[in-house]
Amino acid sequence: MTNRQKKNLLRIGLSAALFITGLLLPAGPLKIAALMITYLLVGWDVLREAAENIWHGEIFDENFLMSVATIGAIAIGEYPEAALVMLLYQIGEFFQAYALGKSRQSIAALMDIRPDTANVERDGAVLTVSPEEVAPGETLVVKPGERVPLDGVVIEGVSALNTSALTGESLPRDVTPGDEVISGCVNQSGLLRVRATKPYGESTVAKILDLVENASAKKARTESFITRFARVYTPAVCALALLLFALPPLLTGGGWRMWGERALSFLVVSCPCALGISVPLTFFGGIGGASRKGILVKGGTDLEQLANAEIVVFDKTGTLTEGSFKVTVIHPEKVTEQELLRLAATVETFSDHPISRSIRAQYHLPVDASGLSDVREIAGQGVSATLDGHTVYAGNLALMDTIGVTVPTCPHAGTVVHVAQNGEYLGHIVISDEMKPGSREAIAALRREGIRKTVMLTGDSQAVADDVAGKLGIDEVHAHLLPAGKVEQVEALLLQTTGKGKLVFVGDGVNDAPVLTRADIGVAMGALGSDAAVEAADVVLMDDDPRKLALAVRAARHTRRIATENILFALGVKLLALALVAIGLANMWIAVLADVGVSFLAILNATRALRIR
Amino acid sequence: MKKTYKLSEVDCAVCADKIERAVRKVDGVTAASVQFVTQKLTLEADDAAFDEVLAKVRTAVSKAERGCEVI
Repeated sequence: MTNRQKKNLLRIGLSAALFITGLLLPAGPLKIAALMITYLLVGWDVLREAAENIWHGEIFDENFLMSVATIGAIAIGEYPEAALVMLLYQIGEFFQAYALGKSRQSIAALMDIRPDTANVERDGAVLTVSPEEVAPGETLVVKPGERVPLDGVVIEGVSALNTSALTGESLPRDVTPGDEVISGCVNQSGLLRVRATKPYGESTVAKILDLVENASAKKARTESFITRFARVYTPAVCALALLLFALPPLLTGGGWRMWGERALSFLVVSCPCALGISVPLTFFGGIGGASRKGILVKGGTDLEQLANAEIVVFDKTGTLTEGSFKVTVIHPEKVTEQELLRLAATVETFSDHPISRSIRAQYHLPVDASGLSDVREIAGQGVSATLDGHTVYAGNLALMDTIGVTVPTCPHAGTVVHVAQNGEYLGHIVISDEMKPGSREAIAALRREGIRKTVMLTGDSQAVADDVAGKLGIDEVHAHLLPAGKVEQVEALLLQTTGKGKLVFVGDGVNDAPVLTRADIGVAMGALGSDAAVEAADVVLMDDDPRKLALAVRAARHTRRIATENILFALGVKLLALALVAIGLANMWIAVLADVGVSFLAILNATRALRIR
Repeated sequence: MKKTYKLSEVDCAVCADKIERAVRKVDGVTAASVQFVTQKLTLEADDAAFDEVLAKVRTAVSKAERGCEVI
């Protein structure tokens, strides 16, 4: 509680005591005095602000309403009512500020990934400095239990890192020398020495904090709507109050006092504060909760639009697939798998082609090139060499054709390397871009969330595209696309969205930036994605896991639902209160109570947005 | 130039909106945005006149909402 809040609480306490005293006193000047002092004690700042604001041209605000209502009450001699209403109003304001403070605190705690200090090795000693003071290239010491202060590479030590604060992953990540580590993670078991690769300002944790803190800059349409609504609502209700005051008595020829009272109560109910606070808080809570799961949403609008996601378009390489080429199938005909691999790896040992590198990587063992001679690289086809006296050819179909070796038909999508020894076909090795383990589940999860259509765009061949799409269960595929082609496809798909439906594009490469901007919601892969993609995107998945997309959509819908609940609840109760006041079933202080209660509950409900399953 | 400041005592979203509109009206301000939840004011103005504009913004903010200060 801030100092200001504590003083307020004291004031409320004193006023309440004074009020009760006033109530208990017998009717007379002393009673009036007690009640009026209570009123002034608890309402002087409200009155002053109302006066000041009118002076500045801002007439219609809650201070004005409360002032007019209570002064009116005093004018008709309802001293207890005036004092009680003002007292309840201040209690309401107090709880609102308190709840708001608590919500802000829990959001801040959620984002407490900021490393406070860094231990850096300088001139043989370990100094504790602030993370901003460490330069790239310096060596950091991260003890167990400490947070990694800057992005870097492990140079010594073996440990496990808790990355949950940044990625939502509960399983710790094992690291050994040579591994990259990102700032914000908590070192769990062993001491690590890390060489910093980026300054603090450019490290992951600083970027995430920056993103979340500035996230609400892009306000959700609902948020802006509510603020505009509030500005109209207050004068409207005041006008209604005036009508309520004047019309019935004029029509029925009497009852000014009664209608006057009701009009005053009307004014009290007209404060739109509950709406105003709870909606932005809800969206911010949603953003905070999502970031805890490793999903960074850049703005309230993005969260809102994500809730309406209808079509999801994926880039293939790097998004649904790992983006690195690996041996996926080894299909030997006459020899063992290992033997086939050895032959291919040995023959390709001097080639720098990515295919050769993947084969060698799969082989894993150091290549024994002692029996190797006469290595020739045949452009566009493969390699040939003499190995231990045998003639070995490794390459594509064209190469096999050239040497007259028949290849059995075996459908594999991807790049196929056939191996022949002495004119005999030995088998083939397929290299393809491995699918991410979660990709299939990612698509299934999206379908479960009600996404109408999933699409995949790729620059790869149709065969590979169809293969991947088939394995993942994707609805529509477009292959052979150049970057411009991807934009065209997205524009065509945008026309297919219905009503409020939005198009989501998920990508990672530099060439995805224009598409990310064009889509309603652009989602970028954060860890391995290019900086340009991350910049252009509206949502960033910190751990590159496509499954997080379905979670993001769920989070967006959850947040939107809470915001809608709050709006309906607040408006509903207000309208009910207005109706009750108009027919005389509720008086001023019940109205204030309703207002206070609604605000409080709406704020509490908003904090539910922080929890995302 | 774009800079972010912290605002004290912003407890109501309607008030935040009021402040935002008041700041936008200040001479020399090209863009302004107030985030009520984080209590931040993002101000964009001409590099040359920035300090002047900031001073005017401070006054505008105090006028719009009593007790609210730009830190």
